[in-house]
Order: sequence, then structure tokens, then C-alpha cells
Amino acid sequence: MALRSLFSRKSLAGLSAASRTSSCLDSRALGLAGLSQSRGLKTASLPDLPYDYGALEPAISGDIMQLHHQKHHQTYVTNYNKALEQLHEATLKGDVGTVVKLQSAIKFNGGGHVNHSIFWKNLAPVREGGGEPPHGSLGWAIDTHFGSVEALIQKMNAEGAALQGSGWVWLGLDKETKKLVVDTTANQDPLVTKGATLIPLLGIDVWEHAYYLQYKNVRPDYLKNIWKVMNWKYAGEIYQQECP
Amino acid sequence: MSSCNVFAPSCHLQVFLANDSCHALYNLKAPPFMLPSPAKKQSSPFDRRRRASKAVAYFGLKPPPYQLDALEPHMSKKTVELHWGGHHRGYLENLNKALAKDDVLYSYTMDELITVTYNRGNPLPIFNNAAQVWNHDFFWESMQPGGGGIPELGLLDQIEKDFGSFTNFREKFVEAALTSFGSGWVWLVLKREEKHLAIVKTSNAFTPLIWDDIPIINLDVWEHAYYLDYKNERAKYVNAFMDHLVSWNTAMGRLARAEAFVNLGEPNIPVA
Repeated sequence: MALRSLFSRKSLAGLSAASRTSSCLDSRALGLAGLSQSRGLKTASLPDLPYDYGALEPAISGDIMQLHHQKHHQTYVTNYNKALEQLHEATLKGDVGTVVKLQSAIKFNGGGHVNHSIFWKNLAPVREGGGEPPHGSLGWAIDTHFGSVEALIQKMNAEGAALQGSGWVWLGLDKETKKLVVDTTANQDPLVTKGATLIPLLGIDVWEHAYYLQYKNVRPDYLKNIWKVMNWKYAGEIYQQECP
Repeated sequence: MSSCNVFAPSCHLQVFLANDSCHALYNLKAPPFMLPSPAKKQSSPFDRRRRASKAVAYFGLKPPPYQLDALEPHMSKKTVELHWGGHHRGYLENLNKALAKDDVLYSYTMDELITVTYNRGNPLPIFNNAAQVWNHDFFWESMQPGGGGIPELGLLDQIEKDFGSFTNFREKFVEAALTSFGSGWVWLVLKREEKHLAIVKTSNAFTPLIWDDIPIINLDVWEHAYYLDYKNERAKYVNAFMDHLVSWNTAMGRLARAEAFVNLGEPNIPVA
């Protein structure tokens, strides 16, 4: 679901050129000379950010956004594509041992790609509505389930701060029961690993790379400030799609 | 399972007098003639002071065995300050706070705490703090200024025996560090049952102590360990650790102590 928009409204020209170049290099490095698409393998590519790196300051610094996007997310994409190629070959050869061995790399890197693709859309500069509280049906659902937006934020921040190691804290929608849930996942596990019917509405990356350069070890400050650039509009749209 | 661990817990105990009303020090046991008569009902200041004096002992923060800027330029002073003074200290304070509320676990040694709170795979909340304190103590001691290079003597022999060559071991260790997903640690351990060295990856706070293996060195691959210096380039950090920071002297000492508990084979005594 997150992969459906690999292109954004405003693309940073240099970045998209770089990502095209890097995916070409991957193919060459794998000795396939750009044939990966024609073999039916749809590889992942780094989505562009819908805003400039510095647009989320002072909540999240431009340095972090650039590193996070250009290095971390790009690495997940690159390694996912590599693992996918290897999985494809192993599947064709019937090499079950290798197929099983590659699962953790696919889960980790693929999950990283999925999660971060959602994350960039979860954030918006203040002048584009970042931080504006949710309206409409999502706002009403939050008040019903949690009492208020503030209570939801407090709950998510508490769970995010308590998370040991690396992971994500999510506001999700159970599409069967139509209930909102707050949950956490470890490392790069996507929200579906916690429940097949869970759809992510908002996710907050609490890996240290998401905040360390700016907030050092004070994760609670990062969690407090990220709400100032939270794109509730996106969450509202997803919610309305599932609960019209 | 052997309960005595090769390593003396490196956190020393500090004794605090818990005084909720006064800050001065008092004797722990009041002499008999000072006991109040049973008939005395109203509380006097003296009663408060006597009730309040109670000794409690918590863990203390052990500093790294070198100055905070001694690992420059491979690990900056800023990183060591934040890692030791922020993260490590934070785990310790949370541990002490939790122990203050837990009558059972209070007064356990660090190793007992780790084993007991691991709870056979279902760790209690205290486990994270206790294990991370232990792991970080071990980490600071696994490094030294002017470290790196190649070990000598028995440790080198054992590495060559178990990995083929030091180069192969180094490659495997670096690979383990780079394929560690998320937060965790990489260890060189002496496996007690199998009687050989191995490279082990653990996630978050887990430590080979829970499997009763004997750690020889460890490497912190939580992002906070290297992010300020190397950003996302974990490979550079791991190589800097192997080339310039790892203390093979400490490792040799640890292996020597480990050999008191694990029989690594007969020594080669030359026949005349």
C-alpha cells in the first residue's frame, strides 16, 4: 500500500537522477545489465520527499532528513533489491536453504522501505498543514477511542519512549473491527506483522538514527516535537478510504 | 550450571544512608539506653532520626579505564561523554530506581540479576537495565587507547585454532557487526560446553552470560555508539574498532581467567 506512490508531486531533480543512477548501478553490479525489470521482478526505488530536507525544521533538522532519506532509506532499497534478486535466483533453482536464509534480509530491508515510505508522507512542513490536528471522521474516531488527540499523543509518546532498542510506534486502523490501535513494532517490522488486518495511519521512527544528531539520547523530546510536523491530513485520507 | 562467573562484577557498590528527613549521617544501630520507653506515645525528633537511618547499597557507575578523550579520533570525546555519561548512566539510574522498589532483587550481584531477570527467555523489565550496565562496563574495558592490531600468545593460538587465521576471524567479526539488524552487540565468546571461541550477535540488551558462555570482547552496534562520529557508516566504525580501539590485552587476560573454568586442551609439554 505504501509502495503505490513511488513518485511525488515535487521531485528534487538531483535526487531522482541519483536514484535512477543507483538502481542502474545495482543492475550492472548484479551482472544483469538493466534486465531486472524485463524478468518480471519489480524492484523498489527510493521515493522522493514531498518537501525539502530543511522544511521540517526546527522539529527535525535538515541534516537528519537528508541522512535519513539519502543514506538509510536508500540502503534499505538497495539491499532489498539485492536480496530480491538473490531470492529470485534461489527460487528458480529450487535452493530452499537459500530461500529461507534470505527471509530475514527481505523482511528487514523490505520492511525498512515500506515503513520509511509511509513515514515521509506522515510528515509535512508547518506551512503545508503539518501539526494541524485531525478533523473529520478521523478526529471524531480519535476522540471516541482515546478521549482526545492529546491523550493519543501521550499514549504514543509513552510507548515510543519505552521501546527498547530500535523500532516504530504506530497509530493503526484495524480494517475488520474499524477500531483505532496504538502499537509498536521492533526493528523494521511493518505494522502488518502485528496483525494482518492492521493498516498504518501514522508511524514514528524511534530508531536512534531518526533523532540522534539533534536530540542526542533524549528520545522523549523528539517525540514531543515531531507532532508539530505531523501530517494528519494524510492519516485522515487513509482512514476515510477504509471507513467511508 | 556454574554459578561463579569469571568476571568480578565491575560495578562497585556504594553505600548510601537513606534518610528521608535529615541529611546527616547516623549510626545504624542505636545503643540500648537510647531506646524510647514504651509508654512514650508522642513522636520526638529523636524517634524520627532513629527510624530513618537505614543503610542501602546501590550500584555505582564505573568510569572507563582511560580519559574520555583518549580514544580520539576513532571515538570522539563527545561520543564517549554522551554514551557513558548519558546512556550508560541512564541505565544505571533506572536500575537503581527499580531495585529500590524491589525487595527480592535488591542485594543481588550484577551477574545474579542478569541471570534471574532474564527469566529463561521472558525477561523482566529490570533485565534491560542490568544487562546494559554490564554490557557497557565490559565494552569500555574492551577498548584502549592505541588498541587494535593482533592479539598474542594463547589468545592468538586459540583464534587460529577456531577460525583458521586472525584475518578470517576479523572478517567474520566485521561481517557479524554489519549484518546485525537493529540495535545489539557483537561478541567474541568462549563457549563453555563446546570449548571453543565463537562470534555471537545479540540484539538489544542480551548478553552471552544468559547462556553461561564467557565473553572475551564485545562491540556496541546500537546506533548511539557511532552515530555522532560516523553517521550511518557502520563499516567505518567497526573497522576503526578492530584497527585502533579493541584491547587485546584485556581480551588475553579474560581468556586466561576463562581457562580456569574451561579446559581448552592439554598444554604441549615437550618430551626431553
